[in-house]
Amino acid sequence: MSKRIDVKDLDVYYGDFKAVEGVNMEIEARSITALIGPSGCGKSTFLRTLNRMHEVIPGARVEGQALLDGEDLYGPGVDPVAVRRHIGMVFQRPNPFPTMSIAENVLAGVRLNSKKIAKSDAEALVEESLRGANLWNEVKDRLDRPGSSLSGGQQQRLCIARAIAVKPDVLLMDEPCSALDPISTLAIEDLMHELKSDYTIVIVTHNMQQAARVSDKTAFFNIAGTGKPGKLIEIDDTSTMFSSPRMQATEDYISGRFG
Amino acid sequence: MDVGTEQYAAPASTQQAETPAAGTPAQPQRSAAEAPRGEGSSFVSAGGRKAGSALGARWFEYLSTAAGLTILVILAAVAGFLIYKAWPAIVASPEELNKISWFKADNLLDYVAPLIFGTLLASLLALLVAVPLSVGIALFISHYSPRKLAGPLGYVIDLLAAIPSVVYGLWGALWLAPVLDPVFKWMTSALGFIPLFEGYQAPAKNILTASLVLAVMILPIITAVAREVFLQTPRLHEEAALALGATRWELVRMAVIPFGRSGVVSASMLGLGRALGETMAVLMILSPGTLFSFFLLKPGQHQTIAANIAAKFPEASGLSVSTLIATGLALFVITLAVNMLARWIIARRSEFSGAN
Repeated sequence: MSKRIDVKDLDVYYGDFKAVEGVNMEIEARSITALIGPSGCGKSTFLRTLNRMHEVIPGARVEGQALLDGEDLYGPGVDPVAVRRHIGMVFQRPNPFPTMSIAENVLAGVRLNSKKIAKSDAEALVEESLRGANLWNEVKDRLDRPGSSLSGGQQQRLCIARAIAVKPDVLLMDEPCSALDPISTLAIEDLMHELKSDYTIVIVTHNMQQAARVSDKTAFFNIAGTGKPGKLIEIDDTSTMFSSPRMQATEDYISGRFG
Repeated sequence: MDVGTEQYAAPASTQQAETPAAGTPAQPQRSAAEAPRGEGSSFVSAGGRKAGSALGARWFEYLSTAAGLTILVILAAVAGFLIYKAWPAIVASPEELNKISWFKADNLLDYVAPLIFGTLLASLLALLVAVPLSVGIALFISHYSPRKLAGPLGYVIDLLAAIPSVVYGLWGALWLAPVLDPVFKWMTSALGFIPLFEGYQAPAKNILTASLVLAVMILPIITAVAREVFLQTPRLHEEAALALGATRWELVRMAVIPFGRSGVVSASMLGLGRALGETMAVLMILSPGTLFSFFLLKPGQHQTIAANIAAKFPEASGLSVSTLIATGLALFVITLAVNMLARWIIARRSEFSGAN
């Protein structure tokens, strides 16, 4: 069920403002790709173009192509709603629906796709998804409690469970650990390693150690200055990126000599 | 430059307390003035500053506490007034009460009961119409309409609230009633088998007309509150729904409505409060009666407490005033009960409210 993504000459605009320019990227199926770079360099914007979430902001549009197993996400007649049902997303801050119980949260996306599922199927899916998100043992006795009763790290894993419950082709993660403590971060990183066998994962992170720990490939984005578009500087195997990057800017950023 | 450094710096330099290290420009002078007293100058200076702001804080606390108490005092005063003034009627014997020309009941309770019934029926019918409509309008303004339309539309809705109720009364009696006449005729002929719609008589001075006018009157307040609540739906939750592949309607259903539910209940109760107490419009539209009747289209079946008081008060004196005030006390109690019920409804699911 995991698919690859090929991005070709992608520009992202907010109205007249060009936020990201000329991205070419190949994202392999069943791999983890980390996007790193300074704040405002367009890596989150780029991530959001992969499931068309950037369109939430009025005036946002792209030029170029983003192909999911050869199928253009921006092709004519492609419904952004349908795109998002195939490409799941986990956000910076955990956002379980506060009005739903833990179990309802897991099923939220499933209920959108198929209105009715049998109770036993629903229970099985809740368990499967929560196990997949390494959360089952912690919440199995309180599935009917509100999602907001969990700790931050648990909430984030609940959001991952919600995202994988619909069996997406790709999982996008926008700084999923930046609001979490180190132990919860570790739990999510372990989980990503497990999810990799089934899903294509793209993660935005400000934590370079995290990128080094979890990803197969790392992409470095940078911005020339305020008001200029962000650009993909370099993408390579993570080990190469962190040992001998080709570009000076990458090395400066990774070694902390940024400027 | 925190208080800590000031405390350590000042004892060493009591004479030079006016150095910039001592804090804001106004501060050093005070500490210099207090230093000669020799009571640990730094502590006094820091303490003096703290005491100043603490005094302000305490004053504000008193003021806000007083403001909070005022509302309790007013409420108690109104309740006290109602009970005091209604007391003669409450303790009066049926014989005494029956001397009042318009008093046709065995006792006070029997007199008030149909009025309470009429009040609740009119208000609930109004709520039944107004709440879905208001929620729809609020959702349209907050999540569907183009921005250019949302502003003016909200403004127009707010304007509805500015129309005096006597104008609503005129509008209801002179315009809406004739307009509804053919509709009611059709309802009673086509749906007359349902007792609710049986036996319509023109003109349309029945409780349904009154309720429809009430619904229009409470529409703005419910819409305004609901719109505010819907607009405050956390972006986080909206994005969560969208990222799962929700359409606009599914987004509204998953994130916006659940988040706004308690707000809508509050808004409805505000509207219900207004409908319960609304006097003028009902007085002008409804042909009164004191029956426990569910015939919504018949005239002369119902009356509300407020309209009844307004109709009879000018001619009343002595015990009849007390009787009217007793009905007012009943209205007060109902309104209080409605509000407590609303609080309870909201509190019951507060865990799931998203307020945390």
